[in-house]
Amino acid sequence: MRYLPKSPDERKKMLAEIGAKSIDDLFAIIPEEYRLTGDLNVPRQHAESEIIDYFRAAGDMNATGYTSFLGAGAYRHYRPVVIDALVQRGEFLTSYTPYQAEITQGTLQAIFEFQSMIAELTGMDVANASMYDGSTGAAEAVMMAVRVTGRHKAVAARTVHPEYREVLATYAKHQGIENIPFGYDRETGRVDLAALDAAITSETAAVLVQSPNFFGVVEDIPAIAAIAHAKGALLIVSIAEAVSLGTVRPPVEADIVTMEAQSFGVALSYGGPFCGVIAAKEQYLRQMPGRLVGQTVDGNGYRGFVLTLATREQHIRREKATSNICTNQALVALMATIFLTVYGKEGIRELAEHNMAKASYAAKTLSAAPGAKLLFDKAPRFHEFVLKTDEAPAVWNKRLMNSNIVGGIDLSRWYPEMEHATLWCATEVMTRENIDKAASVLAAAPVEA
Amino acid sequence: MTSDASPSINGAARVTTGKVRPHQTQNESLVFEKSSPGKRGYKLPPLDVPAIDIKALLGSAAREMPAALPELSEIEIIRHFTRLSTWNYAIDLGMYPLGSCTMKYNPRVNEFVARIEGLADAHPYRPDSLAQGALEVIDLLQRCLIEITGMDAITLQPAAGAHGEFTGILLVRAWHESNGNARRKIIIPDSAHGTNPATAAICGYTVENLKSNADGGIDLDALERQVDDETAALMLTNPSTLGVFENQIHKIADILHAKGALLYMDGANMNALVGKVRPGDFGVDVMHLNLHKTFSTPHGGGGPGSGPVACKAFLEPFLPTPVLVRREIEVNSPAPESWETVGDDQPAPLFRAPVAEPNSAEDPRKEHVTLCWDYDRPKSVGRVRAFYGNTGMFIRALAYILANGPDGLRQTTEDAVLNANYIRAKLEDLYELPYKTPSMHEVVFSDKRQAALGVKTGDIAKRLIDYGFHPYTVSFPLIVHGALMIEPTESESLEELDLFISAMRSIAKEVEESPDLVKSAPHSTRVSRLDEVQAARKPILRWRG
Amino acid sequence: MPYPANYRYTREHEWIELNGSVGTVGITDYAQNSLGDIVYVDVPKVGDTVTANATFGSVESVKAVSDLYSPVSGTVTATNEELKTAPDKINENAHGTWIIKVELSNPAEFNALLDAAAYESFISEETNS
Repeated sequence: MRYLPKSPDERKKMLAEIGAKSIDDLFAIIPEEYRLTGDLNVPRQHAESEIIDYFRAAGDMNATGYTSFLGAGAYRHYRPVVIDALVQRGEFLTSYTPYQAEITQGTLQAIFEFQSMIAELTGMDVANASMYDGSTGAAEAVMMAVRVTGRHKAVAARTVHPEYREVLATYAKHQGIENIPFGYDRETGRVDLAALDAAITSETAAVLVQSPNFFGVVEDIPAIAAIAHAKGALLIVSIAEAVSLGTVRPPVEADIVTMEAQSFGVALSYGGPFCGVIAAKEQYLRQMPGRLVGQTVDGNGYRGFVLTLATREQHIRREKATSNICTNQALVALMATIFLTVYGKEGIRELAEHNMAKASYAAKTLSAAPGAKLLFDKAPRFHEFVLKTDEAPAVWNKRLMNSNIVGGIDLSRWYPEMEHATLWCATEVMTRENIDKAASVLAAAPVEA
Repeated sequence: MTSDASPSINGAARVTTGKVRPHQTQNESLVFEKSSPGKRGYKLPPLDVPAIDIKALLGSAAREMPAALPELSEIEIIRHFTRLSTWNYAIDLGMYPLGSCTMKYNPRVNEFVARIEGLADAHPYRPDSLAQGALEVIDLLQRCLIEITGMDAITLQPAAGAHGEFTGILLVRAWHESNGNARRKIIIPDSAHGTNPATAAICGYTVENLKSNADGGIDLDALERQVDDETAALMLTNPSTLGVFENQIHKIADILHAKGALLYMDGANMNALVGKVRPGDFGVDVMHLNLHKTFSTPHGGGGPGSGPVACKAFLEPFLPTPVLVRREIEVNSPAPESWETVGDDQPAPLFRAPVAEPNSAEDPRKEHVTLCWDYDRPKSVGRVRAFYGNTGMFIRALAYILANGPDGLRQTTEDAVLNANYIRAKLEDLYELPYKTPSMHEVVFSDKRQAALGVKTGDIAKRLIDYGFHPYTVSFPLIVHGALMIEPTESESLEELDLFISAMRSIAKEVEESPDLVKSAPHSTRVSRLDEVQAARKPILRWRG
Repeated sequence: MPYPANYRYTREHEWIELNGSVGTVGITDYAQNSLGDIVYVDVPKVGDTVTANATFGSVESVKAVSDLYSPVSGTVTATNEELKTAPDKINENAHGTWIIKVELSNPAEFNALLDAAAYESFISEETNS
C-alpha cells in the first residue's frame, strides 16, 4: 500500500521488539467472535490514475458547461488562483488546531487576521475563528443570545434562509428555546416591522433576520434594531452573501452578526465545506462559541498569538460549555483571508458593485420575458431577485435547461404562498452574453396561457 | 554534528538527537501593517453591463465607509502567507503524534480530485439530474462507510465530529420519544472527550459521569447500577481515550439494551478498528466517524472536518433531512457482491448509473435521475446544517478508501497499532504507564516520574519541539494525572519512530540532569512560551488601525 | 498567608466576613494558589439571590474554571467591580479582595461554617491526601 512507509522486514523487526509473535497478538484483546476474518466489501485498491479517472467521470456526470442562475446561500464567485496555491502548502494543509502556539504561529496569525477582517467588514468589535457554516452559525448565535439575556424565546424572520431556519429549529428544540417565525411585507419583500413588533415579548432573547435576505432584498437594519432593542431583545443579523458587505452598510446596530463566508474564495463543492463565523459586540465576548485567537507577547517581548478564552469551550467546561464545537473551518477561513487580501479595501467594493450591476441587468432583461414580472422591485437589492411567471417554474426552467442554462430556484418549495416565483442570482462571473441568451430562449418560447 | 561546549541552557538546547538543525525564518508583520493605499492584488474584467449607481439602488443601506481591509500586490500576498506557513509544524514535515487526533498522511490525490471541475463548482441546488456525479460519489462513500462500521444507514450531513455527536444523540432522543419517553440522562465515562458531555447537554440531557475501573475501562458493575429506565444512552469511545479496546463491549451493550438504553460510540479512535472489527457487530447502535481523522482528509489548521453518523436500521427513519435515495431507473448494475471482479474478470464498476457521454444526443444528465434527495421524512430529527454536508471532504475520504482497498485499510490499521505498541515497548522503562492493558493505536503514559523532579507533561511536550517533533496530546485523558497521549498513526516509518523514541529518551535523561532545560523549552522556536495569562486578562482579538 | 480569625470558611474554599447582616465573600489563598493566575471572575447581578452550598459564579484561570459556592443564603447587595479589569487582585491578596456582598436571609448558616483553625486543618488534610 503506497501510503504505508514500512517494509515487511521492518514490520517483523518491530513485532520482535514488542515481543509479539504476529500482528494478531496486538488485536487479541478484541473478542474473537467480533474479529473480521475476511475482507471488507469495499472497492479494491485503485491506482492513483484510476482514482483520478473515477472522479473525472463523476465530474462529467455533473453539469459542466452550464450557465447557472443559482444562488440562495451558495454563490459562484471567481476564486483567485493564489488561494489554492497557498492553502495547499503542507504547513497550512497538514497542521491541526494551534494548541502548541510556538509551532503554529502561522495558523494563529492568519486566524487573527481573519478575525480582524471579519470585524472590519461587519462593523462588530470581535469575531471568532470560524463556525461550521452560516446555518449552524445562526443557530449558535441564537443560543448565545439566550445565554446573554437569560430569556428563552427567539423570533426568526421568514426571509432568513429556509435551511438556516430548519437548522435553528433542530438546535432550539431540545434547549427549551421557543422559536417563533414572523412574516414579510408582500410588496417589498422586507421584514414586516409590525409583525416583528407583535412577535417580540419580554421573553424574547433574540430577533434573527438575514440581510440581504433570502429574496436578495436588503433589510432596514436600523429600524429592526430599534424594535428589538426597545423590548430588550438582542438583534442577530445573518449574512449569507458576504460579498454584499462591499457595498451594503454593515449591520452595526446588531448585537451579533453571523455570516457565511463561502463567497470569499471558497468553492461551491456541492454545499461544503463552507465557513461560518460569529461576530459580536465586545460585551458578549464571554458567551461567544468557538475558538478565538488573541495577541500577546513571548518571554522576550516578541508579539505572538495564542488560542485564548478557552474556558468557554467544551474541552474545559464540558457539559457547561458555550457550545460543543471543537473542529472549526480553519483552512476555509484561510481561503477567505487570502481572498480578502487579494481584493482589499477597494477591490471588495468594486467586486460587490459588479455583482449588483450584473444582477440589475439580469433582473431587467429577464423580467422583460413574456409572462414574467420582477417582484419586490422597489426594495434595495444586492445580486438576487425574484421573478413571478405565468408559467410554472418547471416549464420555464426546462426550456432553459435545453439550452444548457440552469434557471432560478422554485420558491414555492419553501414558500407555498409564492406560486410561480423563482429566485435568481447573477454574480460578477455571469456574462451579459449568457443573460441575453437566457432572455432570448424565454422570449422565443411560446407562452401557454 | 555541531556541538556547543557551553553548559548554558541555550547551548545544551541545541544538542538534540539528529532530526533537526536550526534555520532562519522570515519575519512578517500583520497583513494590515503591510498595506498602503493604491496597491492592488486584483483586476476585474471590464463590466459588460451598464454600470450602476450604488447609492441610487441601495439608498440609506449603502455602505459609507469601506472596511479597512489591507491593500497589497500579489507578490506580497504570496510572500505574506508563505512566510506565515513556515512558522507552522505540519504532518508534511514530520511525526505529529497528537493523541486522539489521528494526524496521518493527507494524500495529495485527495486534494487533486476534490478540485476537479464538475465537482468543485457544483452548486448545491442544481437539479438532481445535473448532480448525478456528486450523488454517485456520496452514495459510494455512504456504502463504504456502512460496510466499514457494520451499520445499516448513514448521514454525511454533520460538519465535524462534535456535530456528528450532536446528530447521533438527536437520533437517540428521537427514537426514545417515539417510544413515549425521551428519557433524562446520558452516561459518559470520565475518560471521555469534552465534546461528549457538551453534546449531551445541548441535546437537553443531564450528564451522569461513569467512573472508570482500575484498568481504565468501563466498570460493568457500576454501569449496571447506573443504567436505569431514565438512561437514554451511554456515550462510549472505543478504543477508549487510553487507546484500550473495551473487551467487555458486548456485555456493555447488553446491560444498556436490557434497560432500553442505547450504545453510542464516539468513533474518534476508529483508526484502530477499520478492517479488523466493526462497531455494528459488537452492539453499537449509533456512532460518528471523523473523516479528518480516520479517512485522511486534511486537518487544515483546525478544520474543516466531517462527521458522518452511522446507525442501525431502527434509527434510520430519524436521520437528518434530506437522505439520499436511489430511484431504480435504468441502473447499470446492481451493487456487486464483490468489488474485485464481476463476470468475466471485469473490474467491478464504481458507478451504478449510466456514465454520461458529454454532448451525446441522449445526454443522460438531462433525464436520467437515479439518485436523488428525499425530503419527505416525517420522523426526521430535522436538519443539522444547510445543504448536504462537507462534500469536498467526502470526495477526499472516498479517494482514500479507493487508494487503500480492503487490504490497504486493514494493513493501515495494523500498522497504526504496531507503531503505538512499538513506542510503548521502547519507552515504558522511562515513562510511567498508568494502565498496563494492551494498547491499540495510541499509548498513554503519565509524567509521574518526571513530575517528581518538577517537570510536567507540558514541559516534556514543549521540549519535543526542540527535537523536531510536534508534541503529543498533553494532560488528556483527564483520568490520567499528567498524561502523555501518543498516537503515531500508520504514517510513520521505522526511522521516524526511532528518532521520536530517541528524543523521548533523551528528554527523560535531561529531566534528571538539567530539568530547567526542559522546563524552559522550547529553545529553538521563533517565539518562546507565550503569555497566555495576559492574552486572557486583556484580550486583543483583532488588529485596529 | 494567614487565615483571618474573624472569617468563616467553606470546604469549597470561600471565605465570608460578617458585618451586621451583610456577609462579604471571597476565595481563600489556598484556592487562588491552586488555580494559578486568575483571568476572569464571573459574578451574579446585584439583587440576585444566592443559596448556601450552591454555585453563584466562577473564577477562571487560563485553562481551568472553578465554580464559586455561596457560604450562605441571601441577596446580593454588591459585586466587586474592580475584578472586571483586575482579576489578579485575588492572586495578590485573596483574603483582602472580596467578590460579592450578601444580605443574609438565614444568619444561622454563618455559624455552621468552618472557623480558621478548622479550615486550616481541612486544607492540610486535602494537601496530604
